[in-house]
Amino acid sequence: MLKINNLHASVDDKAILKGINLVVNPGEVHAIMGPNGSGKSTLASVIAGKEEYEVTEGEILLFDENIDELAAEERAHKGVFLSFQYPVEIPGVSVTNFIKTAINETRKAQGLEDMPAKDMLKLIREKSEMLEIDRKFLSRSLNEGFSGGEKKRNEIFQMAMLEPKLAILDETDSGLDIDALRIVANGVNKLKSKDNAVIIITHYQRLLDYIVPDFVHVLHDGKIVKSGGKELAHELEEKGYDWIKQEVVT
Amino acid sequence: MNKYTEDDLREELKTKEYEYGFYTDIESDTFPIGLNEEIVKAISLKKEEPEWMTEWRLEAFKAWKEMTEPEWANVHYAKPDFQAIAYYSAPKSVDPNKTLDDVDPDLLEMYKKLGISVDEQKKMNNVAMDIVVDSVSVATTFKKTLGEKGIIFMPISEAIKEHPELVRKYLGTIVPQKDNFYAALNSAVFSDGSFCYIPKGVRCPMELSTYFRINQGGTGQFERTLLIADEDSYVSYLEGCTAPSRDENQLHAAVVELIALDGAEIKYSTVQNWYPGNAEGKGGVYNFVTKRGLCEKNAKISWTQVETGSAVTWKYPSCILKGDNSVGEFYSIAVTNNYQQADTGTKMIHLGKNTKSTIISKGISAGKSQNSYRGLVKISANADNARNFSQCDSLLMGNDCGAHTFPYIEVKNKSAQIEHEATTSKIGEDQIFYCNQRGIETEKAIALIVNGFSKDVLNKLPMEFAIEAQKLLEISLEGSVG
Ligand SMILES: Nc1ncnc2c1ncn2[C@@H]1O[C@H](COP(=O)(O)OP(=O)(O)OP(=O)(O)O)[C@@H](O)[C@H]1O
Ligand SMILES: [Mg+2]
Repeated sequence: MLKINNLHASVDDKAILKGINLVVNPGEVHAIMGPNGSGKSTLASVIAGKEEYEVTEGEILLFDENIDELAAEERAHKGVFLSFQYPVEIPGVSVTNFIKTAINETRKAQGLEDMPAKDMLKLIREKSEMLEIDRKFLSRSLNEGFSGGEKKRNEIFQMAMLEPKLAILDETDSGLDIDALRIVANGVNKLKSKDNAVIIITHYQRLLDYIVPDFVHVLHDGKIVKSGGKELAHELEEKGYDWIKQEVVT
Repeated sequence: MNKYTEDDLREELKTKEYEYGFYTDIESDTFPIGLNEEIVKAISLKKEEPEWMTEWRLEAFKAWKEMTEPEWANVHYAKPDFQAIAYYSAPKSVDPNKTLDDVDPDLLEMYKKLGISVDEQKKMNNVAMDIVVDSVSVATTFKKTLGEKGIIFMPISEAIKEHPELVRKYLGTIVPQKDNFYAALNSAVFSDGSFCYIPKGVRCPMELSTYFRINQGGTGQFERTLLIADEDSYVSYLEGCTAPSRDENQLHAAVVELIALDGAEIKYSTVQNWYPGNAEGKGGVYNFVTKRGLCEKNAKISWTQVETGSAVTWKYPSCILKGDNSVGEFYSIAVTNNYQQADTGTKMIHLGKNTKSTIISKGISAGKSQNSYRGLVKISANADNARNFSQCDSLLMGNDCGAHTFPYIEVKNKSAQIEHEATTSKIGEDQIFYCNQRGIETEKAIALIVNGFSKDVLNKLPMEFAIEAQKLLEISLEGSVG
């Protein structure tokens, strides 16, 4: 599904990603961990197509197609979803209106008619119930005045509505309380299938207790310096990153 | 005075010397360019106006000659040459040979986006209608319904003849002839406009819009509107057409006067989208408008405007809150793109006790445009417990445009409560990327963000109008991001 070869990316001529290799197959869950500033969010943004970041070397293949030339919305139409580490506010635009627009724009790109209002309503009801989101919440301005946890839950609500092929969750767990973490994780698990894949960026083991990864990667200074199974996350939780940094140096 | 015949006029004109060589051919329906007393008289004559009206115009013209164009607004433009304009032109007649194929394809494309029906498109371009009967009968139905309630709604030129007592009593009482340069000019030469009277206790059963759109083919260069809501009546009036009009007239100087008598309420909504000029800032309409309303006791006037057109806009719909407990509201969205300039806002003059005003202004600037809010809140000495709330928000797109806020507050009464809030924000790359990531392309994302920003004002518009206004915002900002 996703194949990243020797990816280098920079912003304002500052190199941030320095040779990433990663293969994600349908049905897999990958966790990416790593110290602050190591380039995790940058990797997510580059996959999603943020223009500020320049790919200087290497390539990203999505379903065997090089997506270098594709705009962010085109990648979204192909099924890429990014749950933002810092979701932005859009005053005056309700959650409902926003997601409706997102869905219909995606459908338009796929040559489909707008989703009938009735179906939209049903879908919203279904997904908001799954994520235990109060309906009143959906009429509020997108992310405006949302608590940290509410923002994250709203990101997953959008993911549930859009049913992406490849979902990248950038620190979705940070800000969620214990109950919310369980609800959101269960939501993600329900959306999982053999046809889609999830990349989870996180600092903590606890989310991975719920959404069990097939692979764990450690990103350090713009490179994946270690990959392993789910036990690697436990090891990191115990020992921190120092030993890996040591390994890299030696 | 004897009826001043065309021959008399011609004769008289021959005897005078005019800077721009005046001659007139009354047979044709366009007057020669230039402005002088004779032209003013000729307009009045052409419209078969009573003498008092002619005198009224002449008074205005005399005042205008002594006045100079205001320069305090934050707009820069080549001053119109007032002697290079033709001041009377009868409404364009339908050309039976013209079809929609003769109309500028750009314009048709815009209509399509706005979802304007083919018949309306024809109407707006003076193309003969296929189903004339239909629109005539619709208009008649409206007239009947209104008539039964005693509501008068007609072109002001007709009202001058049919209801002189009303027109004479109120015309110029809110915006005097000498009020300002453009108002004086309008008073001297106004071609036509609307007159509306709602009798005591009557709630006008429909938005006075559909009627307007069917009947007002092209809006004149110097429109004059007079609207009187008698005691305890209510009316919602929609002005303007949401289709972009490419008017060849460079200068538009309209005057609108509203009178809300005791307990009356007037909602006045405008969508203005005159030709803004091209992307290089060439062409476009100068829109210099004076709009003012008077509230008697317990009366209320709400101005709602969506301004997206014109190269230069100069417009301050205002309320004089004369009666105790009266309420004034101003809700505005002003969009400027490319090289457009807008200086718009309101004046809330609190004279009565317990008067209340609300101002919500949303300015959106893109391209190389300049967008200014200019507002005055004045609380006079007798206006005990007056309250005002003002909120002015500006949204910037790109780095080459400007947003400016000029709030003036004059308070002569200590019990006044005044709140003013202002914000300036920019559509951020992060907001756009967030939308893009959800499959929403940039242009649509901007429309979404702008609509969100304007929501408080859009909500004040009648439903059907609001949807059209939204589309209009979208179209006005097209191409505003590279
Ligand atoms: N637009 C930018 N301009 C300048 N530097 C940037 C920009 N975006 C990212 N960086 C830098 O790139 C590095 C990687 O940032 P990134 O946000 O990808 O880290 P991260 O791994 O997600 O960190 P965290 O765990 O704190 O979220 C940091 O040093 C950051 O300051
Ligand atoms: Mg990050």
